[in-house]
Amino acid sequence: MAAAAETVVSQAEPEVLLAGHGITKRFGPVVANDDVSVELRPGRILALLGENGAGKSTLVNVLFGLHRPDAGQVVIADENVELSSPHDAIARGVGMVHQHFQLVPPMSVVRNIVLGAEPRKLGMIDVAQARRRVMDLADRFGLHVDPDAAVEDLPVGAQQRVEILKALYRDARVLIADEPTAVLTPQETDHLLGVLRGLTAQGVGIVFITHKLREVMAAADDIVVLREGKVVGTTTPAQTSEAALAELMVGRAVDLHGDRFESGATGVGSAVSTTAAPSDEAPIAEAGERPVVLDIAGLCTDDDRGQRAVDELSLTVRAGEIVGVAGVEGNGQRELVEAITGLRHATAGTVSISDRDASGARPRQVTVIGVGHIPEDRAKHGLIGSYSVADNSVLNRYFKRPFAAGGMLRRDRIDSHARDVVATFDVRTPDVESPADSLSGGNKQKLIVGREFSDEIDLLIAAQPTRGIDIGAIEFIWRRIRERRDEGTAVLLVSAELDEVLALSDRVAVMYEGRIVATVDPRSATREEIGLLMAGAAPGAAGGS
Amino acid sequence: MTRTVLRAAAVPLASVVLGLLLGAVLITVQGHSVLSAYGALVLGGAGDADALLRTLQKATPLVFGGLAVAFAFKAGLFNIGGQGQLLVGAAFAAGVGFGLEGVPLVVHLPLALLVGGAAGAAWGAIAGVLKATSGAHEVIVTIMLNFVAGNLTDWLAANPWQDRSGSNIIARTPLVEPSAEIPTWGWLPAGFVLAVMAAFACWFILERTTYGFEVRSVGANRHAARYAGISVGWIMASTMAVAGLLAGLGGAIESLGVDGRFEAGVNVGLGFEGITIALLARTNPIAVIPAGLLVGLMEAGAAKMQFESGVAPEIIDVIQALILLFVAAPLIVRWLLRLRDRPDAPDRRLTLGAGWGR
Repeated sequence: MAAAAETVVSQAEPEVLLAGHGITKRFGPVVANDDVSVELRPGRILALLGENGAGKSTLVNVLFGLHRPDAGQVVIADENVELSSPHDAIARGVGMVHQHFQLVPPMSVVRNIVLGAEPRKLGMIDVAQARRRVMDLADRFGLHVDPDAAVEDLPVGAQQRVEILKALYRDARVLIADEPTAVLTPQETDHLLGVLRGLTAQGVGIVFITHKLREVMAAADDIVVLREGKVVGTTTPAQTSEAALAELMVGRAVDLHGDRFESGATGVGSAVSTTAAPSDEAPIAEAGERPVVLDIAGLCTDDDRGQRAVDELSLTVRAGEIVGVAGVEGNGQRELVEAITGLRHATAGTVSISDRDASGARPRQVTVIGVGHIPEDRAKHGLIGSYSVADNSVLNRYFKRPFAAGGMLRRDRIDSHARDVVATFDVRTPDVESPADSLSGGNKQKLIVGREFSDEIDLLIAAQPTRGIDIGAIEFIWRRIRERRDEGTAVLLVSAELDEVLALSDRVAVMYEGRIVATVDPRSATREEIGLLMAGAAPGAAGGS
Repeated sequence: MTRTVLRAAAVPLASVVLGLLLGAVLITVQGHSVLSAYGALVLGGAGDADALLRTLQKATPLVFGGLAVAFAFKAGLFNIGGQGQLLVGAAFAAGVGFGLEGVPLVVHLPLALLVGGAAGAAWGAIAGVLKATSGAHEVIVTIMLNFVAGNLTDWLAANPWQDRSGSNIIARTPLVEPSAEIPTWGWLPAGFVLAVMAAFACWFILERTTYGFEVRSVGANRHAARYAGISVGWIMASTMAVAGLLAGLGGAIESLGVDGRFEAGVNVGLGFEGITIALLARTNPIAVIPAGLLVGLMEAGAAKMQFESGVAPEIIDVIQALILLFVAAPLIVRWLLRLRDRPDAPDRRLTLGAGWGR
């Protein structure tokens, strides 16, 4: 039954592919969307820009039929529609590429694409026809991918193309892409933006959700900026700048550079867009004389599936320097951090912290040596959501004086410490008794940073320290990390955001397939060079571009 | 504070009311008077000193059993093994109680209690250690250990420890020595005082000590607990031991304070009621006390209810089951009460499926 294939061959080109008029959506007391109107026309890319919690996801979920709006009208192909589920949206030619791919890893590309709308013959899946149709689609839209490969064997960029093909196979005239570049290398990102551009040439309209200004400026035709559930700006790349967009998003001018990077550019625009501006100071030369705090030699460890994830990795971090580990996610960064902090068993190699052997140390021992750890996954490792802000503010120090004595918790000390952290690190919470779950992502992260910074530490391990938080909080956390560095703390920064690595690091170590493939100077290396290294190009080849 | 308590207690209280209301319907359908039935139930459970004593005696093992479930639950472990832990506690306490002679009460009674508690702790620790070292699920292990404990204690009562006096052929131990008997002060059994003390001790340990912080951390977020440097395996093993200790003490008090001996088959089911109690108390150690008292009263008054109004005492089991159903399905009660479901509501966190496959 080829439902998908025989649907809408629209008689006339609709004027508006997808629109929301006056969309209002409340979740309890929270107004996630407040009278939001957007409009997507054929052949255009509409970028929805906004911080986390600005209401971007709510809006597209309404447009895709996942949420019913409390007020307002959804329009698909010039028609007012009531969507009761995503099936209604899909049937009307709206497709969505989710941030987390909805694919069945062991199945082939073809089977993934036709899943749920398989062409059939005598009650069986007509594999030949399915394959043929998928190939036709791939050719027509220039989305090249091996139709017979298992999805799990494909790189992330190719998996994303499968997701796009899945939508196109269901005759999508509108493609909603939720943070599609979050998992891609710079090269893959450029490729994706090219693919999206190619789709618009064939009349497809694209809604593109992101918080990356550079991509918006490069790819969008129309830009809608959301803040606190409201549309705060509708513009086009020609009429605006990154700095202006950043200000719209946050509601005030932001400065991500900190003191060290005094460049001519104002505010977030250049910091988020390209390489960090060069600095006149040269901390690297003098850093050579500072003591080595973290010394990793020949470290090996396995991932959860027992595959070698970190492969004879060696790396040093000196006091007063930030070493940034750049790399596409899944190249062993998480396992590296877990092996250093005692959360994962190292199969070979040594880790020494402040001249003490920390190989095989348990997490408690690593903390006691003087290591602060901002974990990658704050919900899973960083906080206990049901615990109060106060309890979380001592999560890995609760057993030490002054928070405990004789096996008893000292509530008064814990509470006053928590109030200090909340005040110093600008954690927005009604009081320290509120559960950590009630905090926004940025405030949760500031609570973690505050906790880790409130003790004497020689080494800070910051894994994805600003993932998914708003620019204001990013700015704040970056400044704090720089301050720590300036006070002499050694910092190992692991981030999938190349911009973050470039903005903060004194040295950049590029990680690929469990190894450090190159160490570069962020002031002289370009995004393109590092991007190629992240993608596995040999260091020599990267230099040429 | 009061508001938090009220909100936390709303669903259990409403569940009790709903259970009693449905019980009233059942009683009416059978052609009996609800008023006289429930009146006799209350009189039988609290009408005079004897009734009160019965209620408190019934409540004591229920409180201990409830604590054994509630404490383990704080570490994210579902202890179904209260029955087995209680049985070994009851048998070994009786063993010490009748086996030692000529020992003064101040030594004999504490020793018998201690051995009973330790037996329960060891029984609970087996499941904890297996969970920590091999990941064996505590629900499966404790259920299986219940059978082992049942057969082991039956065997002890029928063979080495059997009462050989007279023509006894029942599988039971001799009566414990007077020096190992738990006293009763009028209507107040000392065992119930111990139960109340244990409940407050559990609350204090969980809320005020670093060990309790570790237990709760492991229960609330195992990964974050590991990140915080807590030894998750040690917490699992030790928590199950504490849970077993509590259930074991409940069994020991049964032997030393109520039955005066251990008899095969007498304590069957008692350990399982701890699950009901813990659920009704929403795993709050202090709330275990009123929950245990309520169920204890219903059980103590059931006989009088049957005698006076002719209602079958099994109706009590039905009401208990209904209450448990409502507690376990708070959505029904919340809908009936028009309570708003809040993500931070206490009962939202009470997911007893926690731990499967993790």
